[in-house]
Amino acid sequence: MKRMLPSLLLHLLLVAAALLTMTPLLWMLSASFMPAGDANTLPPPFFPRRFTTEHYTELFTRLELARNFRNSVIISISATLIALFTNSLAGYAFAKLRFPGRERLFKLLLAGLVIPAQVGMLPLFLLLQQMGLVNTMIGAIVPGMASIFGIFMVRQYAASIPDELLDAARVDGASEFRIFRSIVVPVIRPILVTLGAFTFLTMWNDFMWPLIILSDDQKYTLPVALANLVGEHVQDTELMMAGSVLTILPVMLVFILLQRSYIRGIMAGSVKG
Amino acid sequence: MKSTTERQQSRTAWLFLAPALGLITVFFFLPVVGGLLLSLTDFDIYAIGSPDTARFVGLANYAHLLSDPLFWQSLKVTFTNVLLGAPLSVLVSLGAALLVSSRLVRYPAVFRSIFFAPVVTTLVAVAIVWRYLYHPRYGLIDHALAQIGIAPIDWLGDPNWAMPAIILMAVWKNFGYNMIIFVAGLQAIPEELYEAARVDGAGAWQRFRHVTLPSLGPTLLFVAVMTMIGNFQLFSEPYVMTQGGPVRATTSLVLLMYEEGFRWWRLGHAAALAFVLFLITLAGTMIQLRLQRERT
Repeated sequence: MKRMLPSLLLHLLLVAAALLTMTPLLWMLSASFMPAGDANTLPPPFFPRRFTTEHYTELFTRLELARNFRNSVIISISATLIALFTNSLAGYAFAKLRFPGRERLFKLLLAGLVIPAQVGMLPLFLLLQQMGLVNTMIGAIVPGMASIFGIFMVRQYAASIPDELLDAARVDGASEFRIFRSIVVPVIRPILVTLGAFTFLTMWNDFMWPLIILSDDQKYTLPVALANLVGEHVQDTELMMAGSVLTILPVMLVFILLQRSYIRGIMAGSVKG
Repeated sequence: MKSTTERQQSRTAWLFLAPALGLITVFFFLPVVGGLLLSLTDFDIYAIGSPDTARFVGLANYAHLLSDPLFWQSLKVTFTNVLLGAPLSVLVSLGAALLVSSRLVRYPAVFRSIFFAPVVTTLVAVAIVWRYLYHPRYGLIDHALAQIGIAPIDWLGDPNWAMPAIILMAVWKNFGYNMIIFVAGLQAIPEELYEAARVDGAGAWQRFRHVTLPSLGPTLLFVAVMTMIGNFQLFSEPYVMTQGGPVRATTSLVLLMYEEGFRWWRLGHAAALAFVLFLITLAGTMIQLRLQRERT
């Protein structure tokens, strides 16, 4: 009985905060189904007076956003696959293979985490220009192909693999790559799911690098296309909301499917300061 | 015998490290070093066609920055975002974490997921959504404020309100991330500490002040440093919501770097700006680590 009041207050506060947090996203969804012009009436409506999907149709027909959607899918998925391969090999090597200078090299790598990515962007652009990769998918994928944070995540997880397991396989004459593929990968699978979700979301949501490296709207990723679209269609609130829903929907789905892995990744990243 | 297996393992290790380290070296570490060199040249649009025309100019780009009012304005904007935005973001995250971690809460996982949802959304998309929410005539925010008698604010059109508007939006977008880290930190505090404090007659505030906060120390430091580093890099929000305006009120350091580098192709200038970003990020990190060490 004594706990009733604090509990009630706490839940009121939480529900209010949850509603406040969800309002922008719910309004976005709701406005995307309003007839053109309805969002700009007074008082501003929260729910559509009449339900229409015409803005979604327009996105895919006249505005041809399907190709940008496809670009985003290709770039995010290929970067994710490559990053899984490179980071898992390196993370495992740092955790379980002995070689001179291992700890020092790892520390050096970690120090790179304080360098903002933007510091290298201008020379990276010039480098890719020399390689003929400006305005290409590969150019957009480059920064996502391997990451210090990804190596760190795999290393932390792979450290728990018992050495005996690996040594036994070596005695049996298995090659190192075979050991990696058939023993290590199954054990570190959970962290690979986390890393995959992380890389996919980061690549999908990234804005600055694709904005720099991609120069025509055929090649744009969805966020760049959307930022471009708002310039011409700033009055078309409902259309822009449909575009935002289209951009956010895939990452929301990935998050809902892989929620637990993703959150574990954040906690793994915070283990060491 | 032993030395051959050791040599073998060492060779395997380098083979396994090669793809990731090669990529990171060529596409990250080398460009960072290149950026420093670039900032010492007058690399411009002509040099993009024929790089030989770029000349070494020493610290001229940095000297130019110091005399450029736009540079100082962008520093002011960036530091506003760091000194106002970062602490606010950390406070909201901590508050949310404390609320969802209370033992009285039913369905804490549901609330956690709701608060986390904005984190996974695409920044560009939600920045566009907030642009409409901030509309002085049709925006929901001013409409809601009108209900409690507050006159409409031209959030993104008024130079005094544009930065607060961007900070508010960024807090909404990001607080769920740090909240998750705080929740993990709170779970790691042994229950006995709270029991002991209760036995000693400590109230809720005293328990928070003398048990929760000290135990959360390392987590708090980690979150503060990471949030600060992130806030130094403000770019997409002003690019999408205000284009750096009104009257440059939201032109951050990175936005200025982008304009100098990729709109005007003054890559020497832009590289100097990038290196300033690196230096202040490094300095900020050092100061926070030092402060923490002094306290313990």
